[in-house]
Amino acid sequence: MNSRVLIVAEHDGTKLNPSTAKCVTCARALPQPEIVIAVLAADGGNVSTQAAALQGVTRVLRVDQPGNAHALAATWAPQVVALAQGYTHVLGPSTTFGKDLMPRVAALLGAPQVSDLMAVEGAQKFRRPAYAGNAILTVEAPAGSPVVATVRVASFEAAATGGSAPIESVNLKVELPAHTRFVSIAAGSTDRPDLQTATRVISGGRALGSAENFKLLYNLADKLGAAVGASRAAVDAGYAPNDLQVGQTGKIIAPELYIAIGISGAIQHLTGIKDARTIVAINKDAEAPIFEVADFGLVGDLFTILPELEKLIG
Amino acid sequence: MSKILVGIKRVVDFNVRVRVKPDGSGVVTEGVKMSINPFDEIALEEALRIKEKGLAQEVVVASIGPADTQQQLRTALAMGADRAILVQADSLVQPLAAARAILALVKREQPMLVILGKQAIDDDNNQTGQMLAALWGRPQATFASRVELKEGKAQVTREVDAGLETIEVDLPAVITTDLRLNEPRYVKLPEIMKAKKKPLDTLPFAELNTEAAPQLRVLRTDPPAQRQRGVIVKDVPELVAALKKKGLL
Ligand SMILES: Cc1cc2nc3c(=O)[nH]c(=O)nc-3n(C[C@H](O)[C@H](O)[C@H](O)COP(=O)(O)OP(=O)(O)OC[C@H]3O[C@@H](n4cnc5c(N)ncnc54)[C@H](O)[C@@H]3O)c2cc1C
Ligand SMILES: Nc1ncnc2c1ncn2[C@@H]1O[C@H](COP(=O)(O)O)[C@@H](O)[C@H]1O
Repeated sequence: MNSRVLIVAEHDGTKLNPSTAKCVTCARALPQPEIVIAVLAADGGNVSTQAAALQGVTRVLRVDQPGNAHALAATWAPQVVALAQGYTHVLGPSTTFGKDLMPRVAALLGAPQVSDLMAVEGAQKFRRPAYAGNAILTVEAPAGSPVVATVRVASFEAAATGGSAPIESVNLKVELPAHTRFVSIAAGSTDRPDLQTATRVISGGRALGSAENFKLLYNLADKLGAAVGASRAAVDAGYAPNDLQVGQTGKIIAPELYIAIGISGAIQHLTGIKDARTIVAINKDAEAPIFEVADFGLVGDLFTILPELEKLIG
Repeated sequence: MSKILVGIKRVVDFNVRVRVKPDGSGVVTEGVKMSINPFDEIALEEALRIKEKGLAQEVVVASIGPADTQQQLRTALAMGADRAILVQADSLVQPLAAARAILALVKREQPMLVILGKQAIDDDNNQTGQMLAALWGRPQATFASRVELKEGKAQVTREVDAGLETIEVDLPAVITTDLRLNEPRYVKLPEIMKAKKKPLDTLPFAELNTEAAPQLRVLRTDPPAQRQRGVIVKDVPELVAALKKKGLL
């Protein structure tokens, strides 16, 4: 049977988030997929063009609507549900955007949701992590309702561009709720490489000791063109903004190179970096659990190691 | 009377190193320490603070789970909840079923606010609050790191990938908690004694008369691929050389 897949695009109004291209790759693993991307926006012109360029996409549905200027789940969900009629699969990324929206869609469709889909094993059969990644479940979605899933973006490569799918404007007759309103957004660290897509990431933990010291990491990161991440302890202590948190309850990342500095390696942190190609750990405690997963470990004081590293790399 | 309903899930304690059973039928839970889901402790703490500010009169905690969940509900009562409801279910309830059950409680209790955790750290689903809000037809404010109530509305700051987003929702609404919303209080011994006298009602799941929810079938549980322990280098030059050799620098 053909899979008819609807993917809800994540974007900021002008740029398509790379998470969407990863959802496309996930969708392509389904049996005989016909892949449609839904772009909900106030003015989805640019984003639709970017979505249409993803290889493997059959069609882009553009839903322009002033109320879609911000991705409010309560506003978007009924529209996604209206679009979803006739689809076998409805996918969104497992980013805060998709995690917020997709369960609302699933509930309205009366379907269970597959969270953090990491591998497709059949039209209804998938693998997903649980227990902070300590168990991998193989689950089967029931027949009778569409499969709703969030796609674990670290598990899939981004689909290539170069395609040119047709873009169709859609007018939806859906009543939108007025009970939820956008107020503001305080962007975290927009001037730096994006943590979720960077090929190199340098993370700091509690050992950095202050926001001032945490900046040492930025110098090194700049030299490497790396994104900066943090442990929960570093975020809780106010050394780094919340959007830098890596781990079970932060971001799940898969860079080529991950350098953990002054991070002990709690399971909740390790969940976020399992798919990193190479892990480097710098810690003064030779017994720190981070060394159990590190490809290269260096035991010592970060405050002497960091300047030396910077010098040798620069 | 303004009431806050808080969801409490009994889960394997976050300090336990979870092991998969060799036959792939699940994870080992026999003899393992069970606790309140950490995000739900934060949810309860927030509800208590709202009540202490005089913005709510009653905090009700509810759980859908096995009879043993009474332990976690007693802890919640000791933390300061006024009343507990245990919906007894012997098989595992997935988020859609949990959301439908909590909705049934919402219909009975008529809370002005429902606070849940953003995710249960056993199944890591991160769904129930959003599903409840959808079924209830009410706003959701997920991943909250700050909540402010005023005049029938809540301003909620949310931890999102791009930074911190603030939204305003009309009440009643569903809020789900992120880690930095607050630091839950410690329970003191006298409170544990007092909690024994607080009401804890138990009712069977069937009594809620919810529609049976379609579920995911778990076919198999496997351990994750293990990373190999690598090498310890002796100094920075050796580290840099090793990374260069792998083409990483
Ligand atoms: C529900 C829940 C969810 C969680 N989610 C996450 C999550 O998403 N991400 C996350 O990271 N954590 C998460 N945690 C927290 C996690 O359990 C740990 O507490 C946290 O990761 C510890 O951070 P850390 O390694 O920076 O601090 P610590 O554990 O305190 O480690 C600091 C390390 O620095 C080393 N050190 C100290 N000084 C120096 C020095 N001068 N030079 C070199 N090394 C030094 C120490 O040896 C130590 O190993 C979660 C916890 C819970 C309960
Ligand atoms: N069985 C349950 N009983 C009570 N609350 C629950 C239950 N399942 C989920 N919840 C609530 O929903 C939140 C999110 O759970 P989940 O969607 O399973 O990750 C939890 O933190 C709880 O607050």
